[in-house]
Amino acid sequence: MSELLIKNAYVIDPINDIKGEIMDIAIKDRMIADSVSDSAEVIDAKGCLTLPGGVDSHTHICGTKVNFGRYMSPEDMRAGRGRAQPHMYPVSGYSVPTVYANTYRYSALGYTTVLEGAMAPLEARHTHEEFFCTSLQDTMANTLFDGNWSVMEAVSDKDLKRVAAVVGWTLAAVKGFAVKVTNPGGTEMWGWGKDVGCIHQKIDHFGITPAEIIEYLIRANELLNLPHSVHLHCNNLGKPGNYKCTLETMQRTPNLNDKRQTLYMTHVQFHSYGGTKWGDFCSKADDIAWMLNRKPQIAIDMGQVMFGKTTTMTADGPMEFNLYRLYNNKWSNHDVELETGSGIIPVFYSRKNLVNSVMWSIGLELALMTKNPWQCMLATDNPNGAPFVKYPEIIALLMSSRYRDEEFAKIHPDTGKRVHLPSLDREMDFYEIAVMTRAAQAKALGITDIGKGHLGEGAYGDVAIYPIKNNDIDPSRDYSKIIEGFSLTDYTIKSGRVISRHGNCLLNGNNRTIWVKPKISEEYNMSNDPEFVKKFERYYSVSMENYPVEEEYMNKRNICIETETGL
Amino acid sequence: MIKKNVICSFCGCLCDDLSITIEDGKITGVDNGCALANAKFLGKERLLKPVIREGDSIKETEYNTAIEKAADILKDAERPLFFGWSGTQGEAQAKGVHLCMLLGGVIDNTSSLCHGPSILAIQEVGHPGCTLGQVKNRADLIIYWGCNPLEGHPRHMSRYTTYADGFFLKNAFRERKLIVVDVRKTMSSDVADEFIQIEPGGDYAVLSALRAIVRGEEKIIPESVSGVSKSQLKRVADMCKEARFGALFFGLGLTMSKNKYKNIRNAVELTDELSRHTKFTISAMRGHWNVYGANEVFTWMTGYPYAIDFARGIPFYNPGETTAAEILYRKECDALMVVSSDPAAHMPKKCVEHMADIPVIQIDPHKNCTSFFTDVQIPVAITGIEASGTAYRMDGVPLRTKKIIDADFLTDTEVISRIYERILEAKADV
Ligand code: SF4
Ligand SMILES: [Zn+2]
Repeated sequence: MSELLIKNAYVIDPINDIKGEIMDIAIKDRMIADSVSDSAEVIDAKGCLTLPGGVDSHTHICGTKVNFGRYMSPEDMRAGRGRAQPHMYPVSGYSVPTVYANTYRYSALGYTTVLEGAMAPLEARHTHEEFFCTSLQDTMANTLFDGNWSVMEAVSDKDLKRVAAVVGWTLAAVKGFAVKVTNPGGTEMWGWGKDVGCIHQKIDHFGITPAEIIEYLIRANELLNLPHSVHLHCNNLGKPGNYKCTLETMQRTPNLNDKRQTLYMTHVQFHSYGGTKWGDFCSKADDIAWMLNRKPQIAIDMGQVMFGKTTTMTADGPMEFNLYRLYNNKWSNHDVELETGSGIIPVFYSRKNLVNSVMWSIGLELALMTKNPWQCMLATDNPNGAPFVKYPEIIALLMSSRYRDEEFAKIHPDTGKRVHLPSLDREMDFYEIAVMTRAAQAKALGITDIGKGHLGEGAYGDVAIYPIKNNDIDPSRDYSKIIEGFSLTDYTIKSGRVISRHGNCLLNGNNRTIWVKPKISEEYNMSNDPEFVKKFERYYSVSMENYPVEEEYMNKRNICIETETGL
Repeated sequence: MIKKNVICSFCGCLCDDLSITIEDGKITGVDNGCALANAKFLGKERLLKPVIREGDSIKETEYNTAIEKAADILKDAERPLFFGWSGTQGEAQAKGVHLCMLLGGVIDNTSSLCHGPSILAIQEVGHPGCTLGQVKNRADLIIYWGCNPLEGHPRHMSRYTTYADGFFLKNAFRERKLIVVDVRKTMSSDVADEFIQIEPGGDYAVLSALRAIVRGEEKIIPESVSGVSKSQLKRVADMCKEARFGALFFGLGLTMSKNKYKNIRNAVELTDELSRHTKFTISAMRGHWNVYGANEVFTWMTGYPYAIDFARGIPFYNPGETTAAEILYRKECDALMVVSSDPAAHMPKKCVEHMADIPVIQIDPHKNCTSFFTDVQIPVAITGIEASGTAYRMDGVPLRTKKIIDADFLTDTEVISRIYERILEAKADV
C-alpha cells in the first residue's frame, strides 16, 4: 500500500468549501484519506497553492480529426519538438501536439483529467487508442449525435424513448462518456454541401429542426440518467449575429436536473457575435451573460481566443469550409456516414486584426460578466481558440485588470467601440480560478461522485501544487508571476503518485478511461430492433458486429459508470 | 464452423463481411471475398520456424534464439532503419515506433513507395474527404483517376461506390454516373459512362483545364489538352457541377506519374473548387490493408506519417532524405529491420545491394524477395486470421481484425516487444 502526505499546503478545494487554508493532505492507496502512517512519503508544499488536479471539460487531443490535424501539419510539428527524457518520449507539435506532448504538457499545468470534445462513434476505436497513450490523465469522450440518422428518425417520430435507446446503445457500444451535439442538423446538411442557418430551419429529408434535436436529446439524456448533461456546440458558429440563435437556444433550455446543469454550451465566445457582417461585427457577450445569469440550468465554457498560430478542428464541417473561404489556407474535411462530420484548417489570430481582437475580448467578457464562476469554465476549445498551454495567460487576464488594460492597448485600435471589456474591472481570486479550472468542470461533468475534482476523503489523490504563495503575491500587479506559477507545477500528483515535478514527468501509465453504460431493458435494446439493425446491413459500411469498441481498447483500470434509466 | 463478418486483411478496403468456413482448425472456404481475399485466406505457403543465416547456409531455430540475434544486431547498430509496417497490426506499429525511439533510428513505412507524394500534397493543401459509407449513401457521381479498382481493390465498387446500395438513391446503379480517367483502357474503364484517356504525363494539364472550366474560364482552354478534347472536358466539368455529391478516388497512376505530388495538389484544389458549387470529396485508394494505420500510428506518436529520423533525439521528418529508399541508396543504415513488407522487390537495385551488405532482420509470416538478404527471419501469426489487431481502412475508419483460427506463432507485437525488452535489459547492464 502506497502512502503519501502533503504537508503545509495552502489548499483551495471549492467542492468541499475550503477557500484557502494551510493543511495536510493524506493519500492512501491512490485515494484521499483521513490520515496515513508515519512511514508515508512526505512532500512539503511550503505553503504553496494546492488545488485538486485540473479538469478540462472541453479539449481536442485524441482521435481521427486531431490526428489528421497533425498529419497535414508538419510545420506545426516542427514548432514544438522536444527530446526524449529519462521517463519521457520525444515529442512534436505546438497546436496539435503528439499524444505524449499533450499528456506531458497537461501534467505540467497540473491537469489530471480531460474530456475529448468530439468522438465520432464510427471512429471511436481511434480515440481510445490515443487515450491509451495519454498516460498521465484520465480521459473521457464526448460522443457525437448531431447528425445521427436513427436519432433524427426517432425525433421525427416524436419518440423520446427511442431517442434515448439509440443514444444509450451507442454510448455503451463505443465506450463514450457524454452526448455531444455539434451544429445539430448542420453536419447532416453538410453531406449535401449545405448548412442550417437557424435552429428552426428544417433539415433535408428528415424534416426536423436543430431545436427539436436539442430538445429531444436533452430529455433523453436525463432519461438515461447520465452523469454529464448534453454538451452542445450551437448552430452558426463564428457567424456575425449568431448571438440571437445562442440566446434562443438558452431560452428554450428546461431545468431538469438539480445536481448539475441541464445543458453545457461549449466555446460560447464563438457564439456571442453581434452585427450582420464582418464590417459591423461586435460583442454580444453582455446579452449572453445576462441570460446565463438567469439560467442556472446552463453552464458554459469560454472558448477563449489567444493571439498567435493555432489549428481549428471541429465536427462542424460547414463552419470549417466557411473559414477556408475566408482564409484560403489549406482545408481538410471528413464526413462520417450516418453520424457527423468534421473539418480542419490552420489559423493565425492577429492582434492587428479587428475581428480577432473582438473575439479575444468576448471570451474574457463572458467570464467576467458571468456572476457565478460555477457556470463558466476556463477553456480555449483547445486548440481552436488557442493551444491549452495558454491557460496560464488567461488566468492572469482574469485576475488582473491592469494586465487586461495593457493587452488591450496593443490590440486593434477600433476594438473599444465594439466590446465592453475596458469597462469591466472585476478581478478574480484564486478561489474563482480553482472553480473555473477544476471544481466547476468536475461538477458539470458529473464526476465528483466518483472522486474527481476535489480533495474530500475517498476522492482520487489528484493534486496540483503550484509555486505560488498567496501572501507574497498581488495577482493584480504581479500577473507575470501568475503566468509563471500556473505554467509549471512543483508537483502534479495523480492517484497518489507524482506524475510531474517541475515538468519532468516521472512515470508512465496509471491512466483510466471513464465511460458510461446505461442499463436498458431488453424491450429497448436496439440490438434487437429491425430498423436499427437494417441501418448496419444496408447503409453503414461497417457491420453491426464490428462496430462496438472491444474491451481490448480499455486500459485495465477503466471506470464504467452504469446508470439506472427510465427504459 | 462458419465465422461471419470477418474482416479481410488484404487491401485498403478492409471488407468486413466475409464468411469463413473452418474445418478441423483449418480454413476451407471463403464467401463474399474477392479473388485476392480467397488467395489470402486459403494460402498454405508460409515459413514455419524462425531461420538464421550462418555463413552461406540458413538454419531453422527457436524463437528465443532468433529474437536474441535480432536484438544483438539492433543493439550494435549505429543507424538502424525500420521499414515496412503496412501489413501488420497497429499494436505492432506502435511497438516499432518505441523501439526506433529507444535506438535513435529511422522508421519509415511503405507509403514512401506509394502514396508518399499524396501525403506531401495534403500537407500543402489539405484533404476534403469522407468515410466510404458517405459516398455509398449519397454520391451520384464517382470518378476513378489513375486507378483500376476492379483489379486493385476488387470490391471497392460493389461495396462503396458504383454497385452499392445507397440510402439517397432509389436505383443506385442507374442513378450514379461513373467516370474513369487513365492512360489506357482497363477493366474499370470498360464499365464507365465516360472514359477520359489521357496521354501519359498529361494529368496535371487535364486537372488544370477542368479547374479553369469550373471557374468559368473555358475560353482559355485549347481544343485538346493532353489528348483530351475540349468538348469532353466541358462535358465532364458539367457532370461534376451538376452532381449532388461527387466523389473522386485516385490511385498510384496519378500519384506516381509525371509531376507526382503536384498532380494530387491539383486534384485536391479541383475538389475545393467544386465544393463551392456542390458537394465534392477526394480520397486516395490506399493499397495495403493497414498502410493507412501505419500513417495514423506514426502520426500520433511522432507527429509525422512516415520517414521519421530520431538520430538527434527529436523526431525529424524530411521525405527524400529520411525515407527508407534514400537511406539505403546512400548506404547510410548499418542494420535493417523489415516488418511485413518486401523492399527488395520494390526498391532500386542500389538499395537492394546495400541490403546485401548489412544485417537484415525480417518479421514476416512469408518468404519473399527480401528473405534472400535476411540474417534472421521470424515468422509471425497472420493478423486477421491467426491474430487479432487494429487496422485503419483507407478512409480512416478503424476496425479490429479477428483471430479466427489458432496457430503456434507469436504475433508481430509480441516479437517486437521481446526484442525491445532484450535491448532494454542489455542497456541496463552497461
Ligand atoms: S476488396 Fe480488398 S479487402 Fe475486400 S475482399 Fe478483396 S482484397 Fe479483401
Ligand atoms: Zn470543441
